[in-house]
Amino acid sequence: MIFNIAFNELRRLFLSPLAWIILAIVQFLLAIFFFVLLSSYLEPGSAFRGRGLTEIVVVGMLQIAGLLLVLICPFLSMRLFSEEQRSGSLLLLMSSPISVTEMVLGKYLGMILFLSILLLVIALMPFTLLLGSKLDYGQLASGLTGLALLMSTFSAIGLFASTLTRQPAAAGVSAFAVIFLLWIIHIAGNTGNEQMTSVFSYLSMLRHYNNLLSGMFSSVDVIYYILLSSCFIVLSIWRLDAMRSHH
Amino acid sequence: MPTETLITVDHISRYFGDHCAVSNISFTLQRGEVLGFLGPNGAGKTTTMNILCGVLAASSGKVSIAGYDIVEAPSQAKMHIGYLPERPPLYLDQTVDEYLLFCGRLRRISKAKLSGALLNSKQRCGLQDVGNRLIANLSKGYQQRIGIAQAIIHSPSLVVLDEPTVGLDPIQIVEIRELISELGEDHSVILSTHILPEAQSVCDRVLIIHEGKLVLDEHLNALHKNKQHKSFSIALNKPPVPEELLAMEGVMSVINLDRHRFRINHQPDKNLAATVAEKAVQAGWELYELIPESNTLEDTFVQLTSGDIGNEQVDNKDI
Repeated sequence: MIFNIAFNELRRLFLSPLAWIILAIVQFLLAIFFFVLLSSYLEPGSAFRGRGLTEIVVVGMLQIAGLLLVLICPFLSMRLFSEEQRSGSLLLLMSSPISVTEMVLGKYLGMILFLSILLLVIALMPFTLLLGSKLDYGQLASGLTGLALLMSTFSAIGLFASTLTRQPAAAGVSAFAVIFLLWIIHIAGNTGNEQMTSVFSYLSMLRHYNNLLSGMFSSVDVIYYILLSSCFIVLSIWRLDAMRSHH
Repeated sequence: MPTETLITVDHISRYFGDHCAVSNISFTLQRGEVLGFLGPNGAGKTTTMNILCGVLAASSGKVSIAGYDIVEAPSQAKMHIGYLPERPPLYLDQTVDEYLLFCGRLRRISKAKLSGALLNSKQRCGLQDVGNRLIANLSKGYQQRIGIAQAIIHSPSLVVLDEPTVGLDPIQIVEIRELISELGEDHSVILSTHILPEAQSVCDRVLIIHEGKLVLDEHLNALHKNKQHKSFSIALNKPPVPEELLAMEGVMSVINLDRHRFRINHQPDKNLAATVAEKAVQAGWELYELIPESNTLEDTFVQLTSGDIGNEQVDNKDI
């Protein structure tokens, strides 16, 4: 049943121009950055001197990809439940013999499936470097895992935001606000004492992402993302369950 | 008529904050019955239907469908329900076939039976020719039919339709009514409407809801058959306990309309109104209103749902 909802969600995404536009634009922007990074690798300035191809080009591109996702994920996730609430089609799901958990997980999985396609397309670009060079596969794998975890966390936050309101735009903006805040929250720790710095930098999604990008695959970073995602998924389930009793 | 009870609604109430949308409603529905849910706008029809279909939880009370409690065993209970809300729950960007197949899978129809179920529901709703069209491009009438098709695709024992003919043109209305009558042959149907002729033409039985309360539960042929007055309502400033009224000779049942008003159903051969009036004077109940009920649906509806019964609606009738 979860897969039924997920595939339906995915099909509907591709029926709208949004999915195609996002795939095209992400690819276009990343290609530009890829080109710029590759040129700076070929003619390294002082900043890049002495660093490898994977570190400059692949990691650089994945950093940009992460930033693009901060902007794009809210657009994708905002329609998940907001639109269903607004158009009344949520009643179809609510009156069908499926549980709220199945409903939420199905929608979430649909979103993840779409983002996996995006991830696949992004991952193809570094592999073109194999034509003329070697890559550090460990660092590449760790970086792509980071991007995948980032996607799943952003989707979970967006999913929850979309259960809160029947206006997709409001859901999108609130999801963006939460994601952006968690992305740069380490800045808040910059001026505080050491304890504060470590707390805020632990909370920051960017810090954990950078750890994974640098090739340090530590379970703390992975668990951080999984915890955050599950937390927002559970909140979404609660929220929809509560809708039955407090409409 | 089969007499198996399909739905039992047991004293359900629903509050939105302090506002009581549905208050203490109970009824049962037999298999194969077409039940009309009548009431003015905002009477609580949609809320009641949402509770029946498990979309809303009742603040108190119980609903069971085919023996399954909608709160304790929602999945089993919902397998027996097809619901068409006021606005058909459609995905406008899909084609009719895609949408109906998705609905079929949501209702857990097995793969082997899915295409058969799709064909069947499309045929019943006259959608054979539009299977490949985008729902967004179809007219309101077709969208309404798609809404009904999704509600019957899994052959549920109960089809719940919330104002299925609103916004349709007269020809479409006739078509949808025919479809509903057809559905009534092998499904139980609950149909909400505020169009009385609609209820009269398709329903076996009507419930009238007013301000969240159930004020009438009657078979239509019982309403129609007896043109002579068989019931009347009285209003008393100092009402006795209903049992006292019930004890009078010829009284069959007494219904509390509110604190001061009662509807008394009595045997048709007796003129009970005079007796009650006499008794009211003797016992000091302070009778201030006595209205014979002519038992047609429209009269009943207006009497039960107009806020104060002593207005011109009643003056028009010859008391």
